[in-house]
Amino acid sequence: MTPILQVENLQKHFPAQGGRTVHAVNGVSFSINPGETLGVVGESGSGKSTIGRAVIRLLKPTAGRIRFQGRDITTLPESACRPLRAEMQMVFQDPWSALNPRIRIGELIAEPLLLHTKLSRSERRDRAEQLARRVRLTTELLTRYPSELSGGQLQRVCIARAIATQPKLIVLDEPTSSLDLSVRAGILELLAELKAETGVAMMFISHDLGTVKLISDRIMVLYLGGVVEYAPAAKVFADPAHPYSQALISAHLPADPEAVLRRHVLEGEIPSPIALPPGCHFASRCPVAVPDCRATAPELRAVHGDTAHQAACLRIAEGANRIPEVADG
Amino acid sequence: MTLLSVEDLHTHFISRDLDNQIRVARALNGVSFTLEAGRILGLVGETGAGKSLTATSLMGLLRPPARVVGGRALFEGQDLLAMPEAQVNALRGRDISLVVQSPKSSLDPLTRIGDQLIRIHRAHRKVSEAAARDRAVEMLASLGIPDPARRMAAWPYELSGGMAQRVLIALALMNAPRLLIADEPTTGLDVTVQAQILDLLRDLVRRTGIGAMIITHDLGVVAHYCDEMAVMYAGAIVESGPVREVFGQPSHPYTANLIGATPERLRLGGPRTVGGPPPNLFRLPEGCAYRDRCPQAGPDCAQTPPDVALGAGHIARCHRVAA
Repeated sequence: MTPILQVENLQKHFPAQGGRTVHAVNGVSFSINPGETLGVVGESGSGKSTIGRAVIRLLKPTAGRIRFQGRDITTLPESACRPLRAEMQMVFQDPWSALNPRIRIGELIAEPLLLHTKLSRSERRDRAEQLARRVRLTTELLTRYPSELSGGQLQRVCIARAIATQPKLIVLDEPTSSLDLSVRAGILELLAELKAETGVAMMFISHDLGTVKLISDRIMVLYLGGVVEYAPAAKVFADPAHPYSQALISAHLPADPEAVLRRHVLEGEIPSPIALPPGCHFASRCPVAVPDCRATAPELRAVHGDTAHQAACLRIAEGANRIPEVADG
Repeated sequence: MTLLSVEDLHTHFISRDLDNQIRVARALNGVSFTLEAGRILGLVGETGAGKSLTATSLMGLLRPPARVVGGRALFEGQDLLAMPEAQVNALRGRDISLVVQSPKSSLDPLTRIGDQLIRIHRAHRKVSEAAARDRAVEMLASLGIPDPARRMAAWPYELSGGMAQRVLIALALMNAPRLLIADEPTTGLDVTVQAQILDLLRDLVRRTGIGAMIITHDLGVVAHYCDEMAVMYAGAIVESGPVREVFGQPSHPYTANLIGATPERLRLGGPRTVGGPPPNLFRLPEGCAYRDRCPQAGPDCAQTPPDVALGAGHIARCHRVAA
């Protein structure tokens, strides 16, 4: 099976003040299969959004290779990217700023059809109505303006736009982070239905571990622009191998007072992506780091021979990757 | 004596329309809860439920057109809402502290953090500058800020989000308050930092026996850091009680739906969640404000629902709940 998306050694650098460089993404490789949802998690500055934008070529990668349906799109000129975007779509975090406030909802939903199809005006209107119903918006909203809709309704409009051209891949960058809990649940339910119906592949970027666990098939954990762990969703939560994944997942608070927390506390702050430390980027905060960790950058390797579960930590091979637990107060 | 007892608090936004008609938004409609010393109360709800407004109302921080139109807020037996302004001023920042949302915009950007800490201490206590400075350094150290003496000279813009939040908590604790209200103390912070801040707050409550109220929309924070919880909808508390009781047996349909919408309980492909924008506070329905969304609503819901006691301090305000 050809993956929908194959990313190899992706790098993205941004210029910073004083001729310095922000190393936002540093050699990230992954793939997404048809119908698969890849969850991308990490804290602020881990490069999640940059990767999301680079894979659909809203950003030009500094280095690396991106293949979409087997075709290399890394250096495709902007004019050639445009038709491609019918097949790869994006949904952003903030639906209030993602939609033009002066265009009616019906036209917003029909806009991708205008750009990417040869449908007539009336066909576009019919299709927009179908799409609105599909994302559970009442069709009377089609004549309204974005300011008249709630955040949850606007995010449904964004999703309707994203699925209008029947894409193969949708990149969702924190699609539920600005929404209330019950509204968020409705959006997640909708995404799950769309996935089951159309088999669209998704890249779901979020800092909300509970949501990612629920919706993803596989999860990629990022730290400072690098992949530290890459595994099936259940595996990452049940048995995180990388010390950073262990700390991250232990800091997640499930909304259930009976859930037992395994607490790990991280010291220090995340290093600056301008002056990246050599070796493993996590070594400065890692409780189990040894001098070797600061010298050589670890590569993603199968954890104990399980090729589906990969982590980038030198200490896994010797079984010394477990970080100590702290008693929960 | 109960540390804080809020009784039937009503806050309205009263303004005039373009046609000069008076418009009233009923933002708080009878909020009642109690908080004991040494306990942490989680006040939860979605956008527009009135969580932050509850805090600003009882601290006397409302600005027109918002106005408290009824109710009492007893702090150690004294009604904060009936006190002269001077007396409230003496309490605020000393005995009652508020940690507001968005740490980066809540610090004075033109004052070094040490001077801000010293200023709030000396506004309420007759102490020397040197003594206030010592206390400030000690406070920063106790909140896990590395190299506190040097950090005193830092400007707010030099701080990361987690550090700025710690400084705000330090400001709130400088005068050893007996009641701490924290409004979304960890929203916008990364999870590993969130855990550190919440650990600090909990240790503080356990160690010093102060009472704390955490306002949040995050049920995970409530589940693991609060002793009691109160769920707000449309300016009223629809359910309250010990955290384990409420999570174990959510009794108001709104609470049940909210807890059912958490990723832990959500079943994709299962029955759909009820969600929507906050109700229109200008036109709240009579009786139960949730009845137009409630799957269990009946004709009797047009009457004001009773507070039904379910034992162990667990209360739900609903006609459908059997005691």
